[in-house]
Amino acid sequence: MIRAIRACKTAAEERAVVRKECASIRAAISEDDPDYRHRNLAKLMFIHMLGYPTHFGQMECLKLIASPGFPEKRIGYLGLMLLLDERQEVLMLVTNSIKQDLNQTNQYIVGLALCALGNICSAEMARDLAPEVERLLQFRDPNVRKKAALCTIRIIKKVPDLAENFINPAAALLKEKHHGVLLTGVQLCTEICKVSTEALEHLRKKCIIGLVKVLRDLTNSPYAPEYDISGITDPFLHIRLLKLFHVLGHGDADASDTMSDILAQVATKTETNKNAGNAILYECVATILSIEDNGGLRVLAVNILGRFLSSRDNNIRYVALNMLMKAIALDSQAVQRHRATILECVKDPDASIRKRALELVYLLVNENNAKPLTKELVDYLEVSDPEFKGDLTAKICSIVEKFSPEKIWYIDQMVKVLSQAGNYVKDEVWHALIIVITNAPNLHGYTVRALYKALQTAGGQETLVRVAVWCIGEYGEMLVGNSGMLDVEERINVTEADAVDVIETAIRRHSSDLTTRAMCLVALLKLSSRYPSCTKRINDIILQQKGSLVLELQQRAIEFNSIIERHEKIRSALVERMPVLDEATYSGRRAGSVPAAVSTSQQALPKIPNGVAKPASAALVDLLDLSSDADQAPSSSGGDYLQDLLGVDLSPASQGTNQTEKRGADVLLDLLSIGAPPAQSSSSMLDMLSSGQDNKSAVGVLDNLASPSAPSAQASSPGASSSMMDLLDGFGPSPSVPVAETNGPTYPSIVAFESNSLKLTYKFSKEPGNPQTTIIEAQFVNKSTDTYSNFVFQAAVPKFLQLHMDPASGNTLPASGNGSITQKLRVSNSQHGKKSLVMRMRISYKANDKDVLEEGQVNNFPRAWQLVLSSFR
Amino acid sequence: MASVLQQDVTVGARGKLALLIHFVLLISRQAKVRLTKWYSPYSQKERAKVLRELSGMILTRAPKLCNFVEWRGYKVVYKRYASLYFCMCINQDDNELEILEIIHHYVEILDRYFGSVCELDLIFNFHKAYYILEEILLAGELQESSKKSVARLIGAQDCLVEDAKEQASSIKNMIAQATK
Repeated sequence: MIRAIRACKTAAEERAVVRKECASIRAAISEDDPDYRHRNLAKLMFIHMLGYPTHFGQMECLKLIASPGFPEKRIGYLGLMLLLDERQEVLMLVTNSIKQDLNQTNQYIVGLALCALGNICSAEMARDLAPEVERLLQFRDPNVRKKAALCTIRIIKKVPDLAENFINPAAALLKEKHHGVLLTGVQLCTEICKVSTEALEHLRKKCIIGLVKVLRDLTNSPYAPEYDISGITDPFLHIRLLKLFHVLGHGDADASDTMSDILAQVATKTETNKNAGNAILYECVATILSIEDNGGLRVLAVNILGRFLSSRDNNIRYVALNMLMKAIALDSQAVQRHRATILECVKDPDASIRKRALELVYLLVNENNAKPLTKELVDYLEVSDPEFKGDLTAKICSIVEKFSPEKIWYIDQMVKVLSQAGNYVKDEVWHALIIVITNAPNLHGYTVRALYKALQTAGGQETLVRVAVWCIGEYGEMLVGNSGMLDVEERINVTEADAVDVIETAIRRHSSDLTTRAMCLVALLKLSSRYPSCTKRINDIILQQKGSLVLELQQRAIEFNSIIERHEKIRSALVERMPVLDEATYSGRRAGSVPAAVSTSQQALPKIPNGVAKPASAALVDLLDLSSDADQAPSSSGGDYLQDLLGVDLSPASQGTNQTEKRGADVLLDLLSIGAPPAQSSSSMLDMLSSGQDNKSAVGVLDNLASPSAPSAQASSPGASSSMMDLLDGFGPSPSVPVAETNGPTYPSIVAFESNSLKLTYKFSKEPGNPQTTIIEAQFVNKSTDTYSNFVFQAAVPKFLQLHMDPASGNTLPASGNGSITQKLRVSNSQHGKKSLVMRMRISYKANDKDVLEEGQVNNFPRAWQLVLSSFR
Repeated sequence: MASVLQQDVTVGARGKLALLIHFVLLISRQAKVRLTKWYSPYSQKERAKVLRELSGMILTRAPKLCNFVEWRGYKVVYKRYASLYFCMCINQDDNELEILEIIHHYVEILDRYFGSVCELDLIFNFHKAYYILEEILLAGELQESSKKSVARLIGAQDCLVEDAKEQASSIKNMIAQATK
């Protein structure tokens, strides 16, 4: 059969042969033919090895095991071990057979049973058969004893509670002369010590001197051909004994003391020409490092590792690096001495060695050597294998972040890494870089120039492009103006056109992905205001993206285009620099979950294009900025943006009453151009628009829209209105109501602020003929049981608003809502129709003789038709 | 100290056993599997995956590099003998050099048993290769450091099988003669 399978040239042929064989084996099984059973099972095992399913043969194994003859049992057990593993139910059936075989007198049958038990025993079997195995540890034949010892290892690993029973028999094995039994006995003791402290103590007291003697005899033993491996007698036993010492000496000074002499002897006298000797030395070093402090021995150990490290054999160097990782915890000074060699190993052609070395270097870095080490690594980055760059950059970035002594160094290193291996840099790394940049105002100019220069040479590195594009967008004028020069810098002459070139190349590059392109668009928009001379060209580039197949890019292009063309005045305000991003929040974010603010902003995003006109897209600029690097937006500033966004996110209809016709038309045009999803309704609106233009007032247009085409606001902004409804939370008449009531609208009162102790309600009214001014009547109600005295209410508004406060009706607020304070506020909005009201406030009072301060922010002014459910504390 | 040990125990009981050797593989140059022995439990699917991953990793390594590859938090020590790769998977902190010696130990015993072993011997007598491995390793631990005693044990067991066969055939003959 094997021949037939080997003759197969293709996988299909092989499958056919296997299928045929399986069929005949199945037939034989159902005929229950005892003569060919073992041959069939052998075939099955071969088939199994090739990876075909063989479960139907499992019962055959059991039958063979139960048969009396040795050959059948032998093949049966082999099949059992190969075809089954410890998780299968069938295994329970075999427990009894194994038990019987363990009680046989033929040592080979006992051996087979032990072997099977050792290889596949499950926890239940371990419990059932432990007494048999314990008895077999004293069996007359040494071969059975050694198998029983290893079986015991398996049993105590499966059921650690059983370890106690085995302590004495195991210790007895240590006095054996037979190498095989001694070897397995030592292994058993090592394992028992790992699970049972009692055994550990017992062995420390009783056996340690004997063990030391065994090892000494072994090292000094004359040539023994049976156990000799390249001049050393039984290196396996050496290593096992050292492993046991490792466990015994760990955390016990007396035991360590007893074994230190022999360890020194092994460490100095072992032959190192051959692998066997090195294996012993290696184990010896591991033992020395784990036992209790003995200065002299440790020096010896680190010296051995140093010798290993300079070895020409790759295996030896690998284990040396591996062990130095452990040594570094004990004696980092000694390891630092080998730094140069270790750095060389990072550049080794062997991937395993490189990986070890890199990890070791990472552990070696401290404040003092961070700079030179990073330099070495960054230099190497240039020439390293592509598949190693990922690991290497990750480590460099992490070192740079952890140890950076100053920001300029951090930025320098990161720019280097980005330009060498930007494609391997993870998102959070470059996000962190941007945050650091925003937090270093004196380095803005330097950074943007450095990135510009880097981009000239390494334009293919995606993340470099992103960071550079972002910075050029933000700090474009510093790039051109050479402002904020540091002493170390060379002057470079970049014209505005050059900077735009860079971004244009980036956006055109085939390999640029969506994020990069979107960032490019935002940067272009920002530059359109920073570089007045290039506005035209920028607009052209943006226009090209209008035809993009990616919805996101298309939408941005269209929105930005209309900002540039039609909203000259607000543009500069819209594209101001991002506020400094908060490092602390960000690092918290990285560890924690995504905060609500960002997720809200992402939810808000899709409804803007439907419901809101131009000004919204302005906020969108910032919002997109935010969401394109959504990860980096700290929650607090995220909230701010959101608020900006929602502030602008007026229902255009309610504002439209006060607009000129042009404005009204504009609004609608934008609504259309931004692409209200229901296409049919937009076409009908176009019709209406043209008719509305005859109408002299925008109000008329809106009225037209509002009344005939049912809820027009909803038609044009289905997404928005529905989501608004959610947010309106109770007091929401449909958005079309204020549209209809063009003059003298009534506004619902809102709960501007509510805490456990205090509730603040705003009632709104408008002065007729002066739509810009809103009169707010604030009413405070005390929810607690204490009376508040010295009650003071303060409010603050952004620059585009003016606030006038009348004196309050009193400064004492009675408990439990038994009265209230009222205060009149008059807010006039200089950007009426573009931005809505926002207010921050602070309320201080004395309750129970304690000063209490509450702060909040009101974003839910009704014209926004949206509530921001965030109140800042 | 005690608590640390305790913790180790629970981890060991829950996850994979902290065996010395998790599995032994023999892979040919053509990535054909010649022998597999799993000491830690792996399902059939996992086994296939392990084989695929490791043969991809090991067969592509250049000859002069070190004999260890890191793989899923374990180390695989491999050594090439003619067209066969012998691989053993061990824990991070075990002695790689010793595993190399164990591999060599196994190869020498195979060599002695088959008389200058070649890949074909292992294909057609794969069960013998398993029997020998069974005498060297048990439960993922080394069982016997003497090549001689392994050879002795295998020889004795083979004799038993031969005897049984002879007996069977002689009985058959007797029956055949009796029924003539």
